[in-house]
Amino acid sequence: MPNDPHALTVTLRVNGEETRFDVDPRTTLLDALRDRLHLTGTKKGCGLGQCGACTVHLDGRRIVSCLTLAVMADGASVTTIEGLGTPDALHPMQEAFVACDAFQCGYCTPGQIMSAVALLQEGHCGSDEEIREHMSGNLCRCGAYANIVDAIRTVAGATDRSGAAVPSREDA
Amino acid sequence: MNAPTPAIGQPVSRVDGPAKVTGTARYAGEFAPDGLAYAAVVTSTIPKGRIRRIDTTAAETIPGVLAVVSHLNAPSLPYHEMEKRPQVDPKSGDQLQVFQGPDILFNGQPVAAVVAQTQEIADAAASCIGIAYEEAEARTVFDPGRGREPSEETAKGGRPGASGRGDADGALAGAAVTVDAAYVQAREHHNAIEPHVTIASWEGDRLTLYDKTQWVQNVVDEIAHVFGMDKEKIRVISPFVGGAFGSALRTWPHVTIAAIAARMAGRPVRVELSRRQLYNAVGYRPHTEQRVRLGADRDGKLTAIVQEAAAQVATYEEYAETTLQPAETTYSCPNVRTAYRLVEMDVNSPCPMRGPGIVTGLYALEAAMDELAFELGMDPVELRLRNHADTNEKTGQPWSSKELRTCYETGAERFGWANRIPEPRSMRVGTELVGYGMATAIYHADRGAAEMQATVFANGTAVIRSAASDMGPGTYTSITQIAADALGLPVDAVRFELGDSDLPTAPVHGGSITLASVGTAASAACEALRDKLDRLPAKGGSIAETLRANSLDRLDAKGKAAPGEETKTHASSAFGAVFVEVRVDEGLGAVRVKRMVGAYDVGRVVNPKIARSQCIGGMMGGIGMALMEQAEWDERFGKVMNANLAEYLVPVCADTPDLDVVFVPGEDTIFNPLGAKGLAEIAICGVAPAITSAVFHATGRRIRHIPIMAERVIG
Ligand code: FES
Ligand code: FES
Repeated sequence: MPNDPHALTVTLRVNGEETRFDVDPRTTLLDALRDRLHLTGTKKGCGLGQCGACTVHLDGRRIVSCLTLAVMADGASVTTIEGLGTPDALHPMQEAFVACDAFQCGYCTPGQIMSAVALLQEGHCGSDEEIREHMSGNLCRCGAYANIVDAIRTVAGATDRSGAAVPSREDA
Repeated sequence: MNAPTPAIGQPVSRVDGPAKVTGTARYAGEFAPDGLAYAAVVTSTIPKGRIRRIDTTAAETIPGVLAVVSHLNAPSLPYHEMEKRPQVDPKSGDQLQVFQGPDILFNGQPVAAVVAQTQEIADAAASCIGIAYEEAEARTVFDPGRGREPSEETAKGGRPGASGRGDADGALAGAAVTVDAAYVQAREHHNAIEPHVTIASWEGDRLTLYDKTQWVQNVVDEIAHVFGMDKEKIRVISPFVGGAFGSALRTWPHVTIAAIAARMAGRPVRVELSRRQLYNAVGYRPHTEQRVRLGADRDGKLTAIVQEAAAQVATYEEYAETTLQPAETTYSCPNVRTAYRLVEMDVNSPCPMRGPGIVTGLYALEAAMDELAFELGMDPVELRLRNHADTNEKTGQPWSSKELRTCYETGAERFGWANRIPEPRSMRVGTELVGYGMATAIYHADRGAAEMQATVFANGTAVIRSAASDMGPGTYTSITQIAADALGLPVDAVRFELGDSDLPTAPVHGGSITLASVGTAASAACEALRDKLDRLPAKGGSIAETLRANSLDRLDAKGKAAPGEETKTHASSAFGAVFVEVRVDEGLGAVRVKRMVGAYDVGRVVNPKIARSQCIGGMMGGIGMALMEQAEWDERFGKVMNANLAEYLVPVCADTPDLDVVFVPGEDTIFNPLGAKGLAEIAICGVAPAITSAVFHATGRRIRHIPIMAERVIG
């Protein structure tokens, strides 16, 4: 807030653009993004690190931004859903989410997509089971999980030609 | 005119998909009116009593605090009686009045709010408010012995204390085979990922609310009554809703708090509830205990159904459910008796949660049917077929359509039900026991009066507008498809605007009625528009050419649709059959759903892709209900102990089984011209009893308490 003697200045590189602002040291990265920078694509579902809706990439790694204070991210690079693609130029993962109908209400979706993109980089898309396991920090109360897995498998299959993306279905 | 391929029936991707996946879809809490301030709500820490003293001094001295509101300084609000109660409010009792007095009716009741320049300051200041209470003895224990009959208003609203036909007790006494079992269903919370949030903004005596709601126009009505305001002066905006499942049907106290706080702070104010607060700030599916007695002859023909239910209820308001309706409508049976009781507790009021009442009653009824099948040594599907209700025996009406037999057949076939070895504990894979279970799904189909405005433009595009909502089922998309076909335009030439109370009337976005209500209004508006186009003097090929030939930029028409005679002549319902395979690790007590098949009769399916998403979402909800979800209740404090998403368990990605959804062919054009019956609620119906029956089949043990958590499997 303006004229706050306790305010600290932080510099963040958000979606490639450097931004500098004063912030109450109690402000989470999530609230700084939503309430200060008006980047509301990153969602708040719990504020307790339990739902994954606030997932962003901090220096290339996925984190829950509600458990990170903005001042802790000073100097870091943050990628949010807004930095991934736009409605006219979707990122392949965003496209796959639309094509596979991997959401209903859409509120968990930015967090799911940020996790999904990180999953590709982490190399955790080897099987449906692996995808499910590594996506389990992102809750979807609309229950779109099956379609989320479809979307991730599609993208993983397309980018990873080593044949890693094999759907696993052991039968009874 | 060369009409494009009909959009109805096509798996069109969501029209709002690109906005949702890029974070550009704006939800209620994301509006940013100039000068927005932030509120934090303080809630009571005792279940019953009164506030003796509130000390706000420390909070008020914190720089950046703009106002502290409590019953000591809040405006006295009229809470006028409404001419007609909205259908989403309980029929009797009075809603909680915010900051109007010192009385505490439940633990977690809002008692004060701090408004500040930032959320951090508001939260910190809220924690500095000291409150002293005078405690009174509270009823925090669910004791079915204290159950009372519902009030007359509630009974008239379709939730009577007693209902039925024939002589159920007599028939039961003489039945060849009987089942008598008691079932418990835990209190469940909606836990949509988007928290409830309201931004209130006054301009003079006009109020704008950006609110998470399933019914924008009802928020106008309710707030007008609370504040004694003219409805014309209130506008409610809610273009996207981050899930709700019933929790946003009503206008909860925090909406009033936002409006009070904004008025007192002289600035727009946002009230966003914390995850913890949501367990008391909005309703929940009530804890319900039931007893079911079934009587049948040796061939499995039902001769008696007696189903009794007792559900928790608040002291100030009487929320009751249609829990016992399935007992009267699901099967053919000459003798039925139901008894419904409410157990008053010092708790916040429950409210509808996906499949309200029906899903609860159906759980017990279907679990008991599985017990009966076992007693008879009969296949559970066969037992259902033998008791198929050819008419609605409660009302005596024929069904407007019913493809339930096909659901059983198709579902059983796709699942491979024939491979089930009837004997419990007879199927295994490795160290795990395998169980197959099934259940019937039923959810009555309703519709409400709706209006739609349709406009076409000379550039060949169209806009349709209605005060409807889309909390996730795909209303934006399916209604756009309907309008596109009615106008002969491609889907991407049509835009649907909703979620604004200034738009034409729409009914509540709940009870699976939106498609049948708003969709038929869309058809009506578009047909009216086509009539107008046909009557224009100059003719053209396409709509755009016709407008241009008549030197028009645009043309508007309105249409409306409402239920008619069919509600008197026919009963309408969606149906389904759910088949489940579970794996049980007895050592760990772990139950895992391996796969599920749902075969549904929902009439015409406008968009199979989105409809399937609805169904898999319902199935996941049912898995939560059967295996995970329960409020851990602290009887000492009348409080939910696991009020967060780590300890209140919900299904996660790793819990997702193979889900197979099939829609059996059928159109219900008696119910409405579109032929669609609606499918939000039906998808959760029957899932829990299919799972509990599968657990019995796997283990040979009847666990009659959901959720079936590990301790109930081992214990
Ligand atoms: S908001 Fe960060 S994990 Fe839920
Ligand atoms: S799409 Fe609604 S919570 Fe995931």
